[in-house]
Amino acid sequence: MKLKEIAHSRTGDKGDMVNISVIAFDEKDYPIIQKKVTAEKVKLFLGETIQGEIIRYEVATLGAINFVMHKALRGGVTRSLRLDKHGKTLSSILLEMPINTND
Amino acid sequence: MIPEKIIRIGSGAGYSGDRIEPAVDLIKEGNLDYIIFECLAERTIALAQLQKMQDPELGYDPLLEERMKACLAHCVSKKVKLISNMGAANPLAAAKKTAKIAQELGLTNLKIAAVFGDDVMSMLDFSTQTFLESGESLSVLGNKIISANAYMGVEGILIALEEGADIILTGRVADPSLFLAPLIHEFAWSMDDYPLLGKGTALGHLMECAGQICGGYFADGVKKQVPNLGNLGFPIAEINNDSLFHITKLKDSGGMVTTATCKEQLLYEVHDPSAYLTPDVVADFSNITLKEIEKGKVEVYGASGKALTGKLKVSVGYHDGYMADAQISYGGSYALERAQLAIEIVKERLRTKNLEVEDILFDLIGINSLFKEYTSDIYPQELRLRIAAKTKTKETAVKLVNEVETLYTNGPAAGGGISKLVTEVIAIQSILIDKKKVVPKVEYFKS
Repeated sequence: MKLKEIAHSRTGDKGDMVNISVIAFDEKDYPIIQKKVTAEKVKLFLGETIQGEIIRYEVATLGAINFVMHKALRGGVTRSLRLDKHGKTLSSILLEMPINTND
Repeated sequence: MIPEKIIRIGSGAGYSGDRIEPAVDLIKEGNLDYIIFECLAERTIALAQLQKMQDPELGYDPLLEERMKACLAHCVSKKVKLISNMGAANPLAAAKKTAKIAQELGLTNLKIAAVFGDDVMSMLDFSTQTFLESGESLSVLGNKIISANAYMGVEGILIALEEGADIILTGRVADPSLFLAPLIHEFAWSMDDYPLLGKGTALGHLMECAGQICGGYFADGVKKQVPNLGNLGFPIAEINNDSLFHITKLKDSGGMVTTATCKEQLLYEVHDPSAYLTPDVVADFSNITLKEIEKGKVEVYGASGKALTGKLKVSVGYHDGYMADAQISYGGSYALERAQLAIEIVKERLRTKNLEVEDILFDLIGINSLFKEYTSDIYPQELRLRIAAKTKTKETAVKLVNEVETLYTNGPAAGGGISKLVTEVIAIQSILIDKKKVVPKVEYFKS
């Protein structure tokens, strides 16, 4: 299964950081997201795009996780060479992350 | 029993270039008390400051005139107060211009406030202050600094509201504060009732990006469908004297307000959900729950807040060199091999010509810009190579894009559609300043 089947997501930017929310479509799937979508796995999945650390916040009342990613925009919105200087497209990429529900 | 008082606030813009018709619709049909236009991104004020240096009567939002002409008469006839950070680097000139537009429209007796005091350029301490992002000292940048604006809170807007302003134009004010100020004014909230200020900040944060809570920036084209995005409505927040509020929009406008659109917007640009820092409060969104009380109406519960840190964030804008962007397309078989060959050639040319770059990026882009008929047996069918580089000087950037252009006659076969662009980089970094040092100032203009 991929994350996109149970969650939706939005990126926001601030300086050289982005936050990416991962929100369960159905709150009954939140425990899966809570258990499977760890900061380590997200960091591994997004690879070299995110140069800095990833911090994870749980918001149980919304059935959501918020990831804050440092050094994510190649110097920040105002000075990045990237076509998508805000990192807005990163949320769609993150939703492609595979979720293994068997382990 | 205190009779119920209800205040309705509309959001008229989520950024400087936003659509104007949805704001006009809200003012005309939204039964609003206030309309807020949030138009000031991190870098916008530095660009506006450069404009003001060229012409002291400019430096405000480029769409101010168009927005005012479209909205002012409706604001007067519907008794809607307008609050906006469209003042950018020059709230005084923005207010003066707005007074003139009002007069031209025959709207007399409007009290228009300019709220400023955010410009802290003269207070910068180059010897001791360091940037939060890079850790570098301000002294490294010296005369490259263009602007320094503190994020002010509600104070200046509150003064203007108490003194009866109809239109309030500010410089740098934190986005949610634009919405929080009229709530404090209308409901006489205490400035140290942090849970209440946290609630008002949640309302402001949900509203500040206008269409983004009404289904903008939400549709994925497949699973998340949003109706009528071409006519997307902007949001309305309705709040009562028990500080209970909901988000909705005009019924016949496009888009939708659902718990899902509200959740995405609630976490947008948020770091720690239990500590969303503004100049007014440390808002706590970590226990918020949302409920769709009827179709298109979402009630928001559980926002709170804590006391402040006493510091304000200051955005410092500075000249940061140049950006070069050059692109070339390759199609058909071996498109990828030719693009990779082109990259190697350009790298060698940069070494030979001794062109120094601070950063360089090689992107491969493309679906069907060269051939509209898709032939599935070639992959990729086409590629656009984008070479982007950051340089200290304009000269280097120009030389670099010209090197890419020489690929026409010196590079791999059938490279076409070269584009080249050199732009100046105006960058932003932040420092902190004592809140006590930043004193809001208010001046009025009459139409």
